[in-house]
Amino acid sequence: MRLFLLAILALLLAAPAAQAIAPSEMLRDPVLEARARDLGKELRCPKCQNQSLDDSEAGIAVDLRRIVRERLVAGDTDVQVKAYLTARYGDFVLLKPPMKSTTWALWFGPLAVILLGGVVIWRSARRNKARLAEMGDDGLDDDMQDDNPLNTDGEWESAKR
Amino acid sequence: MTVETGHFALIVALILAVMQSTVPLWAAARGNRELMNLARHTAWGQLICVTLAFCVLMYAFASSDFSVTVVAMNSHSAKPFLYKLAASWGHHEGSLLLWILILSLFGACVATFCRGMPDPLRARVLAVQGMIGVGFMLFTLLTSNPFDRLIDAPLDGNGLNPLLQDPGLVFHPPLLYFGYVGMSTAFSFAVAALIEGRVTPDWARWARTWVLIAWAGLTMGISLGSWWAYYELGWGGFWFWDPVENASFMPWLMATALLHCISVVAKRDAFKSWTLLLAILGFSMSLLGTFIVRSGLLTSVHAFATDPERGVFILVLLGITVGGALLLFAIRAPTMEGGGGFEPVSREGALLINNLLLATATATVLIGTLYPLVLEAVTGEKVSVGPPFFNATFVPLMMPMLAVMALAPLLSWRKASALAAFKQLWVAGIAAAGVLLLSVWISGAGVAGIIGMTVAAWLAAATAYSWVRRWWGKGALRRLISLPMEVHGMSIAHFAAAIVVAGITATSVWQSEAVKLMKAGDSVDLAGYTWRLDRVYDAVGPNYQAVRGEMTVTRTDDGSQVSILYPERRFYPVAQQNTTEAAIHTTGLADLYVVLGEGEQTGGWAMRLYHNPLVPWLWFGAAFMALGGLVSAAGRIRVRRTRTANTAAEAVA
Amino acid sequence: MKRLPYLLPLAVFACIAVYLWIGLGNDPRNLPSALLDKPSPQFDLPPLEGRARLDGKQEALPLATRHLATGKPMLVNFFASWCGPCQVEHPILNQMATTHGVTIHGINYKDDPARALAFLGRLGDTYDRVGRDLDGRVAIEFGVYGIPETFVIDGQGRVQYRHPGPISPDVAQNTILPLLESLK
Repeated sequence: MRLFLLAILALLLAAPAAQAIAPSEMLRDPVLEARARDLGKELRCPKCQNQSLDDSEAGIAVDLRRIVRERLVAGDTDVQVKAYLTARYGDFVLLKPPMKSTTWALWFGPLAVILLGGVVIWRSARRNKARLAEMGDDGLDDDMQDDNPLNTDGEWESAKR
Repeated sequence: MTVETGHFALIVALILAVMQSTVPLWAAARGNRELMNLARHTAWGQLICVTLAFCVLMYAFASSDFSVTVVAMNSHSAKPFLYKLAASWGHHEGSLLLWILILSLFGACVATFCRGMPDPLRARVLAVQGMIGVGFMLFTLLTSNPFDRLIDAPLDGNGLNPLLQDPGLVFHPPLLYFGYVGMSTAFSFAVAALIEGRVTPDWARWARTWVLIAWAGLTMGISLGSWWAYYELGWGGFWFWDPVENASFMPWLMATALLHCISVVAKRDAFKSWTLLLAILGFSMSLLGTFIVRSGLLTSVHAFATDPERGVFILVLLGITVGGALLLFAIRAPTMEGGGGFEPVSREGALLINNLLLATATATVLIGTLYPLVLEAVTGEKVSVGPPFFNATFVPLMMPMLAVMALAPLLSWRKASALAAFKQLWVAGIAAAGVLLLSVWISGAGVAGIIGMTVAAWLAAATAYSWVRRWWGKGALRRLISLPMEVHGMSIAHFAAAIVVAGITATSVWQSEAVKLMKAGDSVDLAGYTWRLDRVYDAVGPNYQAVRGEMTVTRTDDGSQVSILYPERRFYPVAQQNTTEAAIHTTGLADLYVVLGEGEQTGGWAMRLYHNPLVPWLWFGAAFMALGGLVSAAGRIRVRRTRTANTAAEAVA
Repeated sequence: MKRLPYLLPLAVFACIAVYLWIGLGNDPRNLPSALLDKPSPQFDLPPLEGRARLDGKQEALPLATRHLATGKPMLVNFFASWCGPCQVEHPILNQMATTHGVTIHGINYKDDPARALAFLGRLGDTYDRVGRDLDGRVAIEFGVYGIPETFVIDGQGRVQYRHPGPISPDVAQNTILPLLESLK
């Protein structure tokens, strides 16, 4: 254990900026390692400018990757590993924001926008219908020959200008 | 040559811009032709002055004049010449000057080309362009002057970030700024139309060229930036949903919606409000992007050096520009409707779905990017919104849009039969089904991957079929030549979009990776190739020292050599920075990607090997898409003559 | 009523602009501690041996969680000899300890003991206890993400405040000292 710690120390003192995901960090068990990599992509390096744990070269990222692997080896589920980190660093460290009352606006925002857009279009559709009834056939088909490859029978137009 | 010349030239340009913002507007309202045409002269004057200013700045960098602050901060005598020049725009102040240069270039183009544009409209467009110019020039002169001198000039500069000494990054800002400034021109057209109080199909015809150029510029700028990130940052990723990346993506999404809408205004005299709003919002997104990058508001690997004072200025600029335009929109736009009606199932209907999905996608990216900020302001809580959020929300919006894209070119204007269109595409359906089965057989793609590949195949096959069918048959060559350019442009762009989607999907779900400790002579088998590390040795570059690996890649089955790759770890002594240079070999269908890691005490090297399937399609597809946009821009579209106007039998385009 | 949808973009923009304005005042790198008003983490660190404290005391005292709940508020400061900003903030820590009688415990993060001693010898050692966090695990327990970082602990051993980065005289005067006063 002591040797391991000394080796880590030597490595860290020698090169404060370690490499992103080195072979020596990886677990022997491929299933656990795959989980560790996936978690690494979902967790944020607390110090870096918007990088995931997996991508970052910072010392803290190396430490946290090691901790993720330790906890997986100890038998934690993915949820428990994330909880371990959020207990210390807050929700900030999750790249996928949790579903809480404070993030409803975030997660349901896109849905709200598309519904709103749908409503706007629906309302303008009624006006559109009125315009259509009023204008009828507005000499369109002659103008738009090139743009209407299919004629009203659903067949390809053969003659072009 | 002293840099004060450049400073002076910029001030003259500002004065000209002020004149251009005010006089022509007044003149257009009065019908004073001479003063309206003043705008053309001031536009050219600005171009000359700003070009002079920029040349002065470039000269300062080329000659390594370290008495100029920005040169001392961003250059070094040992830097290769090309990068000394590129350093002129590789920092905050210089890039602003580049922005202003391209803005004045577009202004001069609007002043000179656009034949047949009525003088009042041209005057108003140039006036709004002038206002934008005033804003940016004031910002530059007051807070970000590239011509500031250092009292004690150092003997040598601080060097540039070595990550930026790269051909990709030389061209990324100019192309991107073409996009942003193009959007400003579209904005000027929209505001000019609002001031005038009407939107006509002819207006759309003139504005359309700028929108297409802007869109092509953004496409190239974004994909170049993405490609740079892919090969420079060393992890094989190409998009991180980083705030700065999102800041360039949102204008692109708006520009895509806009370029479709503007054709509808030209052809059908409809979608006017949509078009005006998209033009305004597209440029707003560009300004917002400028704000995010330069104000220190959000953390990002890309951000320029941060300065809240500049942030305040840009925010005020943003408020005046966007707020003013949106206010004008709220007041004037309701009176501007009219035009052709259409059935829900029609080309217009499909384009409306397109608008809705693109607008929602933009809103999603905006919400995700700004949410951490808003939440912190309201509750003090800090959350992160990263790739998992964006992938979960953005991708499901894009899939239906891509599917409809395949169908839309076959839908008629005003009233169409979806069934008829589908029946025509049975060939494409078979192709899509084939790819679906193939994706399932290859396995490992997941539901999202399979859908992505299937939709890409559907879109590609449908677009190719639609295009060919339009001219195939007797007299094919004549028909091919006489097809409008925009049909070719659309077909190229839609097909290319399918290629891009295929590239993104394949590399996201089927990437193979090997992270191994290798000694000289070791080899690893990955993705059907054998990768052998021959040796690792020291090397020297123009301004760096390096450790270089030599890796031979051969095909596992027959041992034929594919490539020899030279990944490096570089140390730049002036900047005191390390970079990792990945070595990449493209087979056209995939990338072989090698990164040299740290040396271990035990004597091996931490190597990372990647096989990225179809990733070259991403970059080629994007370039092809931009080409499609330019092809469309080159064509002249048929403009709908309104019933009341004088309709000639031959369309004048 | 017909105009309402047209006003929507302006309204949304106005809201966004307000938040951007507020956001300019915030530091994007500032991360509030997840341990606020929670008990300090459990830890037990070996002492830094061979210290020459400014107050003359010689015992090398270890640092553990139990030392953080003494009934009086205190500071816990993470430092290292290889950290530049730590050198800049150290005189201010000394001043707080000597002039204002603040109890400051140090945690030596991922450091070589000899170099840490040299650092303290050169800049003046006014820490009460100093624990050695060789592998940085205790720092992670505290949610530290950069060095230096300082925590204000109240009399019951609960974390009340976290200051990332070096403590400037301004921060010491206007934030740390008043907070310590209010916790007494």
